[in-house]
Amino acid sequence: MRLVAIFIFLGITMKIIELKHVNKRYDDGFVALKDINLEIESGKFYSLLGPSGSGKSTILRIIAGFTNPTDGKIYFDGKDITNLDPAKRQINTVFQNYALFPHLNVFENVAFGLKIKKVPMDKIKAAVRDALHMVRLDGYANREISELSGGQQQRVAIARAIVNEPKVLLLDESLSALDKRLRKEMQFELRAIQKKLGITFIFVTHDQEEALSMSDEIFVLNDGKIQQNGSPVDIYDEPINDFVARFIGDSNILPGRMIKDYEVEFANKKFQCADAGMRPNEKVEVVLRPEDLDITSPEKGKLVVTAQTQLFLGDHFEIKAIDADENEWLIQSINGCKLNERIGLYFDPEDIHVMRLHESQEDFDARLESYEGDDENE
Amino acid sequence: MNNKKARAFFMIPYLTWIILFVILPILLILWYSLTDSNNHFTLNNFVTFFRNGTFLRMMLNSFWYAFLITLVTLLVSYPAAYFLTKVKNQQIWLLLIILPTWINLLLKAYAFIGILGNNGLVNKFLQLFGIGPVNILFTDFAFMFVATYIEIPFMILPIYNAIKEINPAVIQASEDLGASKWQTFRYVLWPLSWPGVESGIQAIFIPSLSLFMLTRLIGGNRVITLGTAIEEYFMTTMNWNMGATIGVVLIVLMIIVMLVTGRRQKRKKVNL
Repeated sequence: MRLVAIFIFLGITMKIIELKHVNKRYDDGFVALKDINLEIESGKFYSLLGPSGSGKSTILRIIAGFTNPTDGKIYFDGKDITNLDPAKRQINTVFQNYALFPHLNVFENVAFGLKIKKVPMDKIKAAVRDALHMVRLDGYANREISELSGGQQQRVAIARAIVNEPKVLLLDESLSALDKRLRKEMQFELRAIQKKLGITFIFVTHDQEEALSMSDEIFVLNDGKIQQNGSPVDIYDEPINDFVARFIGDSNILPGRMIKDYEVEFANKKFQCADAGMRPNEKVEVVLRPEDLDITSPEKGKLVVTAQTQLFLGDHFEIKAIDADENEWLIQSINGCKLNERIGLYFDPEDIHVMRLHESQEDFDARLESYEGDDENE
Repeated sequence: MNNKKARAFFMIPYLTWIILFVILPILLILWYSLTDSNNHFTLNNFVTFFRNGTFLRMMLNSFWYAFLITLVTLLVSYPAAYFLTKVKNQQIWLLLIILPTWINLLLKAYAFIGILGNNGLVNKFLQLFGIGPVNILFTDFAFMFVATYIEIPFMILPIYNAIKEINPAVIQASEDLGASKWQTFRYVLWPLSWPGVESGIQAIFIPSLSLFMLTRLIGGNRVITLGTAIEEYFMTTMNWNMGATIGVVLIVLMIIVMLVTGRRQKRKKVNL
């Protein structure tokens, strides 16, 4: 224990959960996970992000112990827990639709885990009070579950889990049943709770905005495989492939060719860029985020396009335009423009994100490291 | 036509039915129980019932058998209903369970006489091993066995429906919070399926209090319940007043059972 305290003091995080070569094939033949390897460190907020059927919930169920992997191993604090009962794992779950006990009131719901562990009543009361305080439900102990709103039920579900002081809290699409405003509010709150408790949160979601706003680290999943993992900023700024680029944020994705380091060709033009480490003339895909494109005059623009439709979305305009090669461009700009007229698009070299086709995460990380190091030397 | 009038109109057949075949008969039974054979008002019938040990013993007997039948039925039906919610082709299994209830009770009773009798199927089977013939028919065991057999579908169905309605995530939540299989059953599954168990108990315990055909055909009149007594007074000794008195006691007992099983526990408030 003391060792752990020292590590935390020094800011050294420890590996708490590890999945090694985990595969999952369901009885009906559906392959949900293909050779998943991931490491979870203590005290961080993780998101498993992906569309439905990507395998994110299956990973969560395997960590919780509700599903066994077809093969592979799960380690918790270095111990193999692959076949351990969910009841015996130091992990608690906040379920998708909360799964509160409808026959018990708020106090009994939150106290459930502690009563099972035969904790003395006075200690249960104190712990439940603290947990309800943490989720800002002071004074709700004697309410029935049916009397609570969706947001309040959500809080009870969180309190019921954290009262057991788990080392890891799993949250399965926990905010998806809430309306937009409440969801926003809960995002801030979840993050605050995680910081205060200092335990690991693993949050499963299909909502990229949710994942980006709350996480220390995101695992992007598709088709039973981890596509990319990294900090929200890394994943947004440097998507590893077109799936990630499309799934996270809006993107303009074009085929291109790497001429040499820091120079790329797309839309029949050559551009300065910030990427390197590829073979000369290697075929690549180029991502330009719509919000990185500025509208200017055709003379000043690096690219000339014709605006076709324009939507006013309150804080910005969303413009669809087409270039000379019939490539479609999505532009998000504070200023609107006239339709069916030629406009110039301006962007900086750093706004061009070059993706190699079929690059593994290790190669991707190594390449980024090599020339990001260059930047610092300059 | 306005809605209220329409509703009142459609209620007429049902109300007529209730008045003619439920309320009126109960009032008649009450009348008979409170009068003597000369139609004079008297409480003597009730005094006799509660003074006479035979009646009280019969009442206890009825309770005891109804309790046993309900208990055995519950013990068989609960696990059956639980596993029924887990299997494939649930509709077919349900049909197989419901099917026997479509057959007339009397027919089933006679069938069991054939099966359990001295020359019946069971004894023939036992004789293959050189046992018997064993006297099975007209025993307490035979009565219990057949009564349980007949009641099982009425217990399985409501429990099955109640378990089916439970959100499976709630069971997982219980395990997630550290509960063992037994604790999950005790604190989550059982209380959540209780409405089904309650309807099952009411559907079986209450009619079992007044079983009389089975006691006669299968129990061979060795089992005497309030039901058999009522039949005796109305059909054999023609003492309708005493028969009606037993009936009134039975109705009161049934109401008490309903109230006890339907009782909702008041929750204690906690101060944190």
